[in-house]
Amino acid sequence: MEKLSFSALLRFVLLKLARLGLLLAAVSAAAFALVSYSPIDPVQAYIGADVMRVGAEQRAAIAAYWGLDEPPLARFFRWASALAGGDMGTSLIYRQPVADVIGERFWGSLLLMAAAWLLSGVIGFTAGIVAAMNRGRLVDRIVRWYCCTLASTPSFWLAMLFLMVFGVWLGWFPVGLAVPAGALAAEVDWLDRLRHLALPALTLSAVGIAPVALHTREKLLDVLDSDYILFARSRGESGIRLVRRHGLKAALLPALTLQFAGFSELFGGAVLAEQVFSYPGLGRAAVEAGVRGDVPLLMGIVLFSALFVFTGNLLADIMTRLIDPRVRERGMPK
Amino acid sequence: MLEIAGLSVSFGQYVGGFRRRDIPVLNDVDLDVDAGELLAVVGSSGSGKSLLAHAVMGLLPENAVVRGRISYGGRTLDESLLRKLRGRELALVPQGVSYLDPLLRAGKQALGRQRGLAAKKRVRSVFRRFGLAEQAEEMYPHQLSGGMARKVLVSTAALGGARFVIADEPTPGMEPESAAEALQALRELADGGCGVLLITHDIEAALKVADRVAVLYAGEVVETAAAGEFEGTGKVLRHPYSRALWQALPANGFRALPGVQPSPAETASCCSFAARCPIAAQECAAGKPPLRKLRGGAVRCWVAE
Repeated sequence: MEKLSFSALLRFVLLKLARLGLLLAAVSAAAFALVSYSPIDPVQAYIGADVMRVGAEQRAAIAAYWGLDEPPLARFFRWASALAGGDMGTSLIYRQPVADVIGERFWGSLLLMAAAWLLSGVIGFTAGIVAAMNRGRLVDRIVRWYCCTLASTPSFWLAMLFLMVFGVWLGWFPVGLAVPAGALAAEVDWLDRLRHLALPALTLSAVGIAPVALHTREKLLDVLDSDYILFARSRGESGIRLVRRHGLKAALLPALTLQFAGFSELFGGAVLAEQVFSYPGLGRAAVEAGVRGDVPLLMGIVLFSALFVFTGNLLADIMTRLIDPRVRERGMPK
Repeated sequence: MLEIAGLSVSFGQYVGGFRRRDIPVLNDVDLDVDAGELLAVVGSSGSGKSLLAHAVMGLLPENAVVRGRISYGGRTLDESLLRKLRGRELALVPQGVSYLDPLLRAGKQALGRQRGLAAKKRVRSVFRRFGLAEQAEEMYPHQLSGGMARKVLVSTAALGGARFVIADEPTPGMEPESAAEALQALRELADGGCGVLLITHDIEAALKVADRVAVLYAGEVVETAAAGEFEGTGKVLRHPYSRALWQALPANGFRALPGVQPSPAETASCCSFAARCPIAAQECAAGKPPLRKLRGGAVRCWVAE
């Protein structure tokens, strides 16, 4: 009864692929439209301080070299057709293929986001369970107080607070970058990397705990008030074993959905945290590309992050189906 | 085996913010069930039937205030004794599908805390006895029909080796044959030496299997009678409400009693049935009659004789 037929699976995959195609097309069109109305002149941003030494002719030459003399629509289609051929273009500020820049920067961000994602998920879920099992008691009040405080704190502000306390006053962690400044790549070991990762990851996860914990708590409270818990208790089940048998799976659903569907917030948070900690990830590259008018890189990052968020949502979708038999049947007909 | 004496249950509620008020739901309930006996507690909805079951199992919500004494096998049924008996000697058969964990397969739920191949085989044989196909073990609650879900719930009691079973509305939603089977299963449990407390609003079905019947009205036991006394026009019955309940059945005249059941709070100092009673006398509005013994049964009425 729960074996999935091949055709149902195929339909599911095709539907998701079609959605992804539409999403990417819409996102890139919107992003390009926004960029072309941006007041930033890429040539000006590129030249920077050398503005006195670069004449009008040279500016025109740079613009022509980059293809900026064409109308925006023509540029968009040229970019799109190159993309269809697998070419994401060349970054103006890094002078490297966009794919390479994203690939390199993404690893830094991935490490940061994965650490924050795991930490916030595990801590948030545990805190939610503990709070629900001790409803109204001190532990519960502390968890709720923490969550409400953190949920109303801007993450960049928290990042600066951590930077001041742990980086400057206590000096436990470095204040920025991903490796010690001035060190050769060969001299950097994983401990150094970990120390540099700690503060940004801590910031990101501290903020991410609140929603997971609160949703888990709420769901488990619902479960604990349900008829089937009453029945389980009438059969002598109690305490942690009762929660493990009847509550964990149910509470895991919102937590997992939230964590996977929260990739967008994770990415957004990473942009801010990387900025504050000068951490060289994709988020910082996005900010630079935006500020300096690096259209190919910005477009690449926009597409990439859309794909990233889409993947998160897809995973959430699949997880829910795997765990909840009711959704499984509704979503994928036998 | 099970004795309930003067059981009252009320719920604390905050009115207007700070003033705490107790809302009574069960009032001074006396019941007793012997080993091998099936006692049916009948009453319309809102009479406090389910809460009676939860009170015995010690599963009332935290804001419930319980007075009176419940004893089991001569010992007071308190939390420490309950902890030993729940899931072993003492079993509850709850109302419906919402009492099954939606994320757990039926076979696994029936097993409960039991493990091992022998237990699995027992589940299979009990399921078969109640007419549940083997596939039902692998089904999730949302895939079961209402009748199937109730059968799964009834099987849990048969599986646990219970000595005392409280069944809370075990039959609605079942096809008549299955309902009869489920009730018959309870009867068999009783014949095997179990005490059975059957809580239901279906007087007709209950009479087929019960030894005695207790009638609940507005949170009070108004009469206990032998099952056989519900016959003919019901003139052997002691309380006018029992008679009205009996005569409201399609086979016995289909006469509905006008008026509605009051809440226990409204009738704290008078007979709870006085307002609807065809034979009410002056004293009925002046004081609450006690439950007294009468002709082998018991009745809560000033007038009955």
